Amino acid sequence: MVREQEKLRWRSRRGLLELDLLLERFLANHLETMSQEDIKIYDALLKLADKDFLDLVMGEMLPPDKDWETVLGKIRKA
Amino acid sequence: MGLSRQKYDVVIVGGGGSGLRAALQLSEAGHHVAVFSKVFPTRSHTVAAQGGISASLGNMQEDHWLWHMYDTIKGSDYLGDQDAIEFMCRKASEVVYELEHYGMPFDRNADGTIYQRPFGGHSQNFGERPVQRACAAADRTGHAMLHTLYQRNVSAHCHFFVEWMVLDLIRDYEGVVVGVVALEMETGDTVVFQAKATVLATGGAGRIFQSSTNAFINTGDGLGMAARAGIPLEDMEFWQFHPTGVAGAGILITEGVRGEGGILLNANGERFMERYAPHMKDLASRDVVSRAMDQEIKEGRGVGPEKDHVLLKLDHLGVEVIQKRLPGIREIAIKFAHVDPVREPIPVVPTCHYQMGGIPTNYYGQVVAPKGDNPAEVVPGLYAIGECACVSVHGANRLGTNSLLDLLVFGKSAGDHVAGWLATNPQHRDLPGDAADQSVARLSRIDKAQSGESVAAVSASMRKVVQHHAGVFRTGPLLEEGVVKISEVVDRVHCTAIQDKSRVFNTARIEALELENMAIVAQATLVSALARQESRGAHARDDFRERDDKNWLKHSLWYLEENRLEYKPVNLQPLTVESFEPKVRVY
Ligand SMILES: Cc1cc2nc3c(=O)[nH]c(=O)nc-3n(C[C@H](O)[C@H](O)[C@H](O)COP(=O)(O)OP(=O)(O)OC[C@H]3O[C@@H](n4cnc5c(N)ncnc54)[C@H](O)[C@@H]3O)c2cc1C
Repeated sequence: MVREQEKLRWRSRRGLLELDLLLERFLANHLETMSQEDIKIYDALLKLADKDFLDLVMGEMLPPDKDWETVLGKIRKA
Repeated sequence: MGLSRQKYDVVIVGGGGSGLRAALQLSEAGHHVAVFSKVFPTRSHTVAAQGGISASLGNMQEDHWLWHMYDTIKGSDYLGDQDAIEFMCRKASEVVYELEHYGMPFDRNADGTIYQRPFGGHSQNFGERPVQRACAAADRTGHAMLHTLYQRNVSAHCHFFVEWMVLDLIRDYEGVVVGVVALEMETGDTVVFQAKATVLATGGAGRIFQSSTNAFINTGDGLGMAARAGIPLEDMEFWQFHPTGVAGAGILITEGVRGEGGILLNANGERFMERYAPHMKDLASRDVVSRAMDQEIKEGRGVGPEKDHVLLKLDHLGVEVIQKRLPGIREIAIKFAHVDPVREPIPVVPTCHYQMGGIPTNYYGQVVAPKGDNPAEVVPGLYAIGECACVSVHGANRLGTNSLLDLLVFGKSAGDHVAGWLATNPQHRDLPGDAADQSVARLSRIDKAQSGESVAAVSASMRKVVQHHAGVFRTGPLLEEGVVKISEVVDRVHCTAIQDKSRVFNTARIEALELENMAIVAQATLVSALARQESRGAHARDDFRERDDKNWLKHSLWYLEENRLEYKPVNLQPLTVESFEPKVRVY
């Protein structure tokens, strides 16, 4: 659903510039083609506090669920 | 047009540190409070603050609020209002201890007291020697503050409107502010919120610069709302720059990198700081380094295809030093500058960091504007706090860690003052017939426009003009040209068009509205900067290199209507102590 994507786009606006920049690139490359599974994971990531989210992306913290690595990997590579 | 309506005692626009602190004061007193935020409150930009919050607790060495006051006034280059600065510094310990009681996880000393860090500009005994005055929660000070305040607000039954964008203030025929018009992102609905008092806490507008350390949400919406409601913006020429932001990204590279031996190079590979500051070189103060970098770029010795940045070289320090003493820097450089600093230098530029100016207020947070002979007549029903406000405690230059303090002190003080206002103004005033007209017209222009420039293109032009013409180093001709160019941008702002016409989570529409606010702030910045013919604090004019207290010890007030300036005196009279007379600022 397109509007679901738009919600994710808005929620990718964060309090930390680091995340804004990484997520902007990630969305440009992946938003339109994300699988349902990845959307779920991304939505969960967006619910995290900014500092925790950034620590996960920078690899300074391990995700609670190994499956999250697929999305985190794409964010890192974006 | 029949918009739906809701009523609250108080509307607070902004869920960052300042908005949450004011909300808490009022919610705990039992008032019916609505807090609006574009994003989930704990994702407000306050989350980015790491350095700490200042208070003269004296936990490390002897300290005194009067010394803190002196440091703040000197830091402000004497443009700060001394009544407000005394008020803030005296209240600092109280608001920090309160936050501790609310559960803020401050770093601690072995004896259980709050640990305090050293920070630039904090001194003992009026500049004699450094003192440790910054309280922090590891590198998560802002994050911890937001979470602590948010939780407590939830317990106090404060009502949050999350993912709502407030569009405009509503002023009645007598000029009293009686509420706001707001847009719900999820539905696209526009709703009128009637309030007995309205508090703006919308943060800074750092995104008007091409190179900014601020997150994307910092678009100065509160400043746009105030300006459209006929309220002037104060001291908008004063923006603080940090010398080493990653070029093209803005992410801060800490001063520690130069502390460990990192050096700045121009296109010729020259260590240019040796020319500007022969003794301190790359370790000279923030404003000196920023200006030197800017001059190198302006004179054509910048690096890259656009010759628009310089290089921060640290590979000579070796992998081990970089990994051990500068943790995280390598990862940040790889991720955001796409260079591995172990081998290559990091491209950096002076980067906009903090907005000293804003909506003029007194130390109760009441918005004030000149009327007749009174330079500071209260705008009834309206308050402003935090980075969007100009109290003015930061004057021409903010001291590090004083901003978080400002959020707490003036958030609380505004909360208390609003409570008093509610006691004497227990009824909602009538809404004027045209309450929502302005907002509705703005939305309908955006919705109806079939063709026009993209918001992104106009935003990019605006940022380029501000960066180039009102950057670190300013000259008359450069600013004059900038003033012309920014009015062209302003015209273009009103002719943008968006493709997405949906109502639900329409990010494009929100960005178009944000651009209108940023363009107002950008114009205020350029016009105020051109007029101020002196160098003071963060405002550095090549053609007027000295501070000029005879002519310019005064606050600028810019009005959107007619794009004109007025001035008001600086308050040099503290509340209880002797005035600190302007002196030459040397460190
Ligand atoms: C990288 C960085 C590090 C910093 N470190 C420190 C530090 O260590 N110490 C220090 O003292 N200061 C520091 N600062 C400065 C300080 O963090 C900010 O000045 C301060 O957090 C601003 O808080 P605020 O409450 O004014 O606004 P913000 O925290 O920016 O919150 C603004 C709120 O307003 C809402 N909002 C805005 N517009 C609208 C609208 N139209 N409708 C609805 N809601 C709206 C937003 O959603 C948000 O909730 C730092 C700044 C940066 C950029």
